[in-house]
Amino acid sequence: MNYRFQFGQVFAAWPDLLHGTWITIQLSLTATVLGLVVAIACAWGKTSGPGWLRLVINAYIELIRNTPFLVQLFFFFFALPAIGLRWTPHTAALVSMVVNLGAYATEIIRAGIESIPKGQIEAGLALNLKRWEIFRFVILKPALKTIYPALTSQFILLMLSSSVVSVISADDLTSVAANIQSQTFRSFEVYIVVTIIYLALSLAFSALFKLVFQTCLNYPDRR
Amino acid sequence: MRTFGWPELWFIVQAAKWTIALSAIAFAGGTAVGLLVALARTGGNAPLARGATVFTQIFQGTPLLLQLFLVFFGAPILGLEINPWAAAAVALTLNSGAFLGEIWRGCIQAVPRGQWEAAEALSLSYPWRMRSVILPQAFKIAVPPTVGYLVQIIKGTSLAAIIGFTEITRAGQIIDNATFQPLLVFGVVGAIYFALCWPLSLLAWRLEKRHARAMSR
Repeated sequence: MNYRFQFGQVFAAWPDLLHGTWITIQLSLTATVLGLVVAIACAWGKTSGPGWLRLVINAYIELIRNTPFLVQLFFFFFALPAIGLRWTPHTAALVSMVVNLGAYATEIIRAGIESIPKGQIEAGLALNLKRWEIFRFVILKPALKTIYPALTSQFILLMLSSSVVSVISADDLTSVAANIQSQTFRSFEVYIVVTIIYLALSLAFSALFKLVFQTCLNYPDRR
Repeated sequence: MRTFGWPELWFIVQAAKWTIALSAIAFAGGTAVGLLVALARTGGNAPLARGATVFTQIFQGTPLLLQLFLVFFGAPILGLEINPWAAAAVALTLNSGAFLGEIWRGCIQAVPRGQWEAAEALSLSYPWRMRSVILPQAFKIAVPPTVGYLVQIIKGTSLAAIIGFTEITRAGQIIDNATFQPLLVFGVVGAIYFALCWPLSLLAWRLEKRHARAMSR
C-alpha cells in the first residue's frame, strides 16, 4: 500500500463540517418533533378512529415501511413539482424525513398504547374523564416509558439515514463531505472523517437519551 | 424526448433482478458475518466479545451510505480493483452482518438459562452444546425478526444507485432523465419495492404472531 493519507485539507474545512453537522442534527431533531406529532395523531386514529381512517393510516404505514427512504426522497423532490409542489432541497429533505419517521413512530406508539391494561382505561372512563384526557394522561404518559427506548433508537436510525438527503444537496453533513471531496479529491479521507463524526453523534445521542431516561423517566411502575 | 411506455416500464422491472441478486448476496454474507458476531458476543471469550461489540457499534452507528462510500473509495487505495457491484455487496454484507448479529445475539440469549445449565450439566462441549441445544431453539425465535430484516436489506440496496449500480432506483433515475415523467417513474419504482417487501413484511408479522401464540401456551 503506497497510499499517503492527507487529512490536512479535510481538517482545514472544519467550519463547513461543523455547519453540516449542525444541519444534520437540526434536520433530525425537527423531523423527529414533527414526525412524532404525525405519529401521535395516526396512533390515535388507528386505535380509536373510525374504520375508514384506520384503513388510510394503515396504507400510509405499509407504503412507507416497505419502500426505501431514497425513493421517498426522490418522490418528494422530483415527482411532486410535477403537480405544482416545488420545494427547496432542505424542505424536501425535511418533509420526507417527517413522513418516514411518522410511519415508524406510529407503530411504536401504537404498541405502547396497547401495552396499557384495559382496566386502566376503564378506570379513567369510570372517573368520567374525557376521551382526550384519557388518551393523554392514562395512555400516553405511562406508555412513554415503555416506548422511549424504541423511539430513541428510531431517532438515531433517522439521523443516520438522513445522510441520503445529500443526493439532493440538502446541505447536510454528507453533502458537505461530497463538496470537500470534489474540491480536494481526498475522497477516502473525507469519508473517514465524516463517518467518525456520525459515529460520535450516534454515541453521544444514545448516551444523552440514556441520561434523560435515568433522570426523568425512571419513576417506579405503580402496581 | 421519450415517453413512458412498455419498454421503459420493462427496463425498470428488469432492474429488479439486480436488486434481488444484491439482496441475496447481502443476506448470505450477512448471515455468515452475523453468525460469527452473535457467537462471539455470547461465547464467553471477553476479547472476542469486545471485538464483536465494537464491530456492531461501528456499523450500527454510522450511515450505510458512508459505509458504501468508504468501501467504494477505499478499496482502490488498498490496491483492489472495485466496481459498484462489488462495493455494494461488501458494504451491505458488513452492515447486515452487524444488524443480524445483534438480532441473533438477542435470540441466543433468549434461550432459557436452564437449557444452558442442563447442557453444561451433561458436560457437552461448547460446539456440541451450541449445535444441538442452544442454536435449534434460538433459530425458532430468530425466524420472524430475520424475515423482517430482509425488508431492510432490500430497501438498503437502493443506496447502491448512488455509486452508480443499476438496480431499481438507478433504473428509475435513468428513465426519469429520458422521459421527464417523475411522478409516474418514481411511482412505479416505489410500487416495485412495495411488491417485493410487503409480502415479506406480512410473512414476518404472521410468523411473529404464531410464535407469540406458541410462547403463551
